[in-house]
Amino acid sequence: MLAVENLEVVYEDVILVLKGVSLQVPEGSIVALLGPNGAGKTTVLRAITGLLDVHRGKISKGRVSLDGVDINGKSAPEIVAAGIGQVMEGRRIFREFTVDENLRAGGHTATRAQIAEGLERAYAMFPLLAERRKATAGYLSGGEQQMLAIGRALMSQPKYLLLDEPSLGVAPKIIQQLRDLIVQINESGTSVLLVEQNANMALSIATHGYVLETGRIVMDKPAAQLREDDDVKEFYLGLRGDERGSLRDVKQYRRRKRWLS
Amino acid sequence: MGELLASLMRGLGTGGVYAMLGVSFVIIYRATGVVNFATPALMILGAFFTGYFGVSIGLPFIVSVILAMIVLAAIGLASERIALRPMVGRPAFSAATVTVGLFIVFLVLAGRLLGSELLVVNDPFGLNTLDVLGARIFTVDIARLIVGLVAIGLVGLFLTRSRTGLAMRATAFDQETSLAQGINVGRMFGLSWGIAAAMAALAGAMLVAGSSGVETTFALVALKALPVIILGGLDSIKGSVVAGIIIGIAESLTRTYQPQFAPWLGANFDVIVPYLIMIIVLMVRPYGLYGTKEVVRV
Ligand SMILES: Nc1ncnc2c1ncn2[C@@H]1O[C@H](COP(=O)(O)OP(=O)(O)OP(=O)(O)O)[C@@H](O)[C@H]1O
Ligand SMILES: [Mg+2]
Repeated sequence: MLAVENLEVVYEDVILVLKGVSLQVPEGSIVALLGPNGAGKTTVLRAITGLLDVHRGKISKGRVSLDGVDINGKSAPEIVAAGIGQVMEGRRIFREFTVDENLRAGGHTATRAQIAEGLERAYAMFPLLAERRKATAGYLSGGEQQMLAIGRALMSQPKYLLLDEPSLGVAPKIIQQLRDLIVQINESGTSVLLVEQNANMALSIATHGYVLETGRIVMDKPAAQLREDDDVKEFYLGLRGDERGSLRDVKQYRRRKRWLS
Repeated sequence: MGELLASLMRGLGTGGVYAMLGVSFVIIYRATGVVNFATPALMILGAFFTGYFGVSIGLPFIVSVILAMIVLAAIGLASERIALRPMVGRPAFSAATVTVGLFIVFLVLAGRLLGSELLVVNDPFGLNTLDVLGARIFTVDIARLIVGLVAIGLVGLFLTRSRTGLAMRATAFDQETSLAQGINVGRMFGLSWGIAAAMAALAGAMLVAGSSGVETTFALVALKALPVIILGGLDSIKGSVVAGIIIGIAESLTRTYQPQFAPWLGANFDVIVPYLIMIIVLMVRPYGLYGTKEVVRV
């Protein structure tokens, strides 16, 4: 089990962003982490994967553990080697590299045999990528790039896969594929922590869900119950409430994302 | 005809060395975003150790060059680990300042090691010449060109074909994403310094080869690599090769013909030709022949 306990994170030594977050990803599960812009979802993933340093952030309290063993304080490469893979927000593929090189880079911690096996698996899973293995990755479509980023993360054969908003900037039709893909990955033995603003998609496949707001977990329930929760319906599933307001939120959100990526 | 050919070959020879020095800069710049001003001092230390193993200990030239490259690779790795790693995350300017400090430390060190003697290496080339189409061609220039191209070619193969090379390129492209793939980014920084310092050592050995001895201030010749990387592009290995050769030839042709055709430019005009080219490139095409445009903003 991957567990986060009472986690506090500060950026620049002063900006307290996570204020005691606890969550659990049991073996074999798909867990959804929902929440609005700036809630701290990406920060949770950075804390788990040792990437806070890069952003001048650090864990000021609490712990992260993998199967009961503390992993906070370990470096990012050590955490990958321990079996936690991730797809970062905005895909972050190596645009100048070929598709093949991107996948190989993902297998940096794997053995030669594992890389060969991983490439075969990735190309079987994504026939589109197989056709374009020598193509420059930057020219792939958004959906293809997302598939590539997922394929790359799977190259290290992680036990736990963390996905940061994979549906972002992806066509609605592709989101369905993405959803099926996550289920397939999970069924082949990888536990998934799925960060999403697309609560619809996330809750349709998750077993459990958390809602994070301004650095605090405000809801912690089985996914089925969250789907029925009135607040979740209103704020995240867009089933009720002021239509105009929510649309504006969506737009603002899109715009900000573009600045980021 | 003979004069032209001889002059071109001199230019190709020094051009091969300039290309190696340019690549030494480029490798570190690509991996870490830092322009390494210590390169000239690393070059002279490399030449010193080649002389030490060859002349003082009596090993064959090739063996002494390889040993000197290994020593310099170790010095490069150590410099990165001790002096540069703490600067990660700080502005590139601060790190570049640290390399200026390293330049001075290594230059003083080379001076101490050498004492009052001249730096010589036991190369087999000396002032030997070949007669090609009536031109007197120095064998050392042929050697410089071939060694330069082969060494750079090997680095290129390493970067494009090997697993570690892929990780180095990934690090150069996006450090955070590389970390997320499990790549030890710090190790890649160190490796880039090791390879760059070994390359500088090889350049130094080949530059001192064919001379009758130099002083440590000869290190400043390596500053010619600055025009090379400006012309070729700070982040392009191919650019360094092309630009190294262009600058080497421009310098050599000026040395041969300027006293004859433009004596009013004064003596030793060839020495400033590389820098003139650099200034012109900075004005018309600041990212160089093959450089990435954004690099200019750094
Ligand atoms: N490097 C940083 N330095 C300072 N503050 C930061 C840094 N990174 C993020 N923050 C702040 O921390 C808060 C949480 O950010 P985070 O990126 O974790 O949110 P998120 O839930 O992933 O949001 P989004 O849905 O927009 O991706 C935000 O207020 C953000 O401004
Ligand atoms: Mg985020």
